[in-house]
Amino acid sequence: MTEFPRTPPRQSWTFSNDANAEIRRAAATGIYDIRGGGSKRKLPHFDDLLFLGASISRYPLEGYREKCSTDVWLGTRHAKKPIHLDIPITIAGMSFGALSGPAKEALGRGATEAGTSTTTGDGGMTEEERGHSKTLVYQYLPSRYGMNPDDLRRADAIEVVVGQGAKPGGGGMLLGQKISDRVAEMRNLPKGIDQRSACRHPDWTGPDDLEIKILELREITDWEKPIYVKVGGARPYYDTALAVKAGADVVVVDGMQGGTAATQDVFIEHVGMPTLACIPQAVKALQDLGMHREVQLIVSGGIRSGADVAKALALGADAVAIGSAALVALGDNDPVYEEEYRKLGTTAGAYDDWHEGKDPAGITTQDPELFGRFDPVLGGRRLKNYLKVMTLEAQTIARACGKSHVHNLEPEDLCALTIEAAAMAGVPLAGTSWIPGRSGGPF
Amino acid sequence: MLHTATAELTAADREGVKVFDLTAHGLRALNQALHDFRRNPTNETVWEIVNTKGAHAIAVGVDAPLDITVRGTTGYYCAGMNKQATIRIDGSAGPGTAENMMSGTVIVEGDASQYAGATGRGGLLVIKGNASSRCGISMKGIDIVVHGNIGHMSAFMAQSGSLVVLGDAGEALGDSLYEARIYVRGQVKSLGADCIEKEMRPEHYEHLEALLRRGLADGKARPEEFRRYGSARKLYTFNIDNASSY
Ligand SMILES: Cc1cc2nc3c(=O)[nH]c(=O)nc-3n(C[C@H](O)[C@H](O)[C@H](O)COP(=O)(O)O)c2cc1C
Repeated sequence: MTEFPRTPPRQSWTFSNDANAEIRRAAATGIYDIRGGGSKRKLPHFDDLLFLGASISRYPLEGYREKCSTDVWLGTRHAKKPIHLDIPITIAGMSFGALSGPAKEALGRGATEAGTSTTTGDGGMTEEERGHSKTLVYQYLPSRYGMNPDDLRRADAIEVVVGQGAKPGGGGMLLGQKISDRVAEMRNLPKGIDQRSACRHPDWTGPDDLEIKILELREITDWEKPIYVKVGGARPYYDTALAVKAGADVVVVDGMQGGTAATQDVFIEHVGMPTLACIPQAVKALQDLGMHREVQLIVSGGIRSGADVAKALALGADAVAIGSAALVALGDNDPVYEEEYRKLGTTAGAYDDWHEGKDPAGITTQDPELFGRFDPVLGGRRLKNYLKVMTLEAQTIARACGKSHVHNLEPEDLCALTIEAAAMAGVPLAGTSWIPGRSGGPF
Repeated sequence: MLHTATAELTAADREGVKVFDLTAHGLRALNQALHDFRRNPTNETVWEIVNTKGAHAIAVGVDAPLDITVRGTTGYYCAGMNKQATIRIDGSAGPGTAENMMSGTVIVEGDASQYAGATGRGGLLVIKGNASSRCGISMKGIDIVVHGNIGHMSAFMAQSGSLVVLGDAGEALGDSLYEARIYVRGQVKSLGADCIEKEMRPEHYEHLEALLRRGLADGKARPEEFRRYGSARKLYTFNIDNASSY
């Protein structure tokens, strides 16, 4: 018998091993996949942008010797007591419930030591974070868990959360495994039940009544506190414009790479726009209203390094916020826990079952034995170090571009590596003057 | 410390009353003056707010044992986040009245618009007329007594506290209810997901009787005339076979 050559086994691109594994998982369990973290796909991102640096047409500043400031004012539009931060990198809202008490404390410590703010989250304000945070932003969420006027008054700013980049249009989710006595009490719910927070606020629905809600919050706090409005990266041009119209002092735009404590994978991966695409739209809205720099813009979703910070600022943001990266700095997904990650059926870097509350690093858990492993003082120091490094990196880039303040970075300092990134960020493709969708260009 | 109606007030009654003209002095001055009681209490504890013209955010964030009467109709969020004060609206109230109230008493003489008592955590809200949709949405410990009817989706995701309705309830009452208690005397158009009728046991009659008394409705209705509704607790943990209810 002659052996004829055969077609080698060929895997389908469409029905990939991953896609098939998910079909089998759904068929076996009857429930969608829930996980923490942000989008895991490869999306156009800050990596696809480069700084041009200074040369003959513009001169650089001397590293270390010539000043390059990094401070930022937030809430200058209406608040009697706007916030002044030393660095333009803030800690995003992450709920107590999703995170352990010691992890929240570490975020407060690290942020304070680095001269920046931290933010509460769904579930209310804890003593740990109020006590250890010089500047604390208090989130006003649809669930209103723990909401009370005393905490509003002792907050430094108020953030009305409309949406999150990981799930624009979605509500919160905290599954029974993580509802300890303390979490249950703060939220006024029975212990051990699944908590699905509402996706809309209970007492306002659109831009007109958001304006009245903001008025109420200002009146309750005697117009002292900056009021932020946080939106997921869905329609950043309109959302930013409407937030400004409703009276926001600060708009927070969270792109789809933004992390979450627990959300359906289908939501994380298929709803919302990449951070890169959100920034120019939000900036354009502010400019069209004559409000750029008047109302500050904070951008979040996938910020990892000082380069990312510098690029977000160059595109027009006033500051950035970090969630996932702060957790990594604290020790989340650290390879030192590899053996334990293996036992949970995963590996360092891929662990995202935060909703199960079994985090070996003691960060995304309410299990006293696990969070007891986590040292909030050490965690705070690590976060401070990381924030300082990012700031130094952003300054390094800004000086190279000849800027005496990181806010002086501008789109003209950037070029894009890909056509997609050029179109989304609104900067020319490297080596051309071509911004897809905007200009023809001679090159 | 409740006020009687204007007509019954004699000149002497009015003497100790601080009358605040909202149109003349503005919202900021009003709320600031009310807030100043937190740190600097005076003996001017009885207030009457006149010329309200449907303004929003009247008497919000009060944290003092004041007795405040708002003459006329209010806009959004009157008495929002109230602590300690007794606030009486002598007219109809706009959306979100007494939202997130912590303690104290809020009384609406007329009707209340949507989301009355939303997310309230304590205290008592009495609505002598009807309440619109989403009354008691996401309530977290407040007691609400409505003398008239309530609209659709009331007590949506209500966590704790009690909602008493002397009249009828609209569609989807108590949808996705947690541990709040609902008592309705009239018709319920329909129950929301996971809300069921429950037996009235002796402790419920007692509980309800006290609520009716506190809610200024003891002469109007008797506990035996009510039915009780609560959570079936089937949506407390996810089960794919209940997905159609989500
Ligand atoms: C563990 C965790 C919990 C979060 N909890 C909240 C929350 O309670 N409220 C909120 O507005 N955003 C929440 N977020 C989103 C962050 O505020 C922020 O938008 C996001 O993390 C930014 O993207 P990054 O993670 O890529 O830095 C959470 C994120 C994480 C990772």
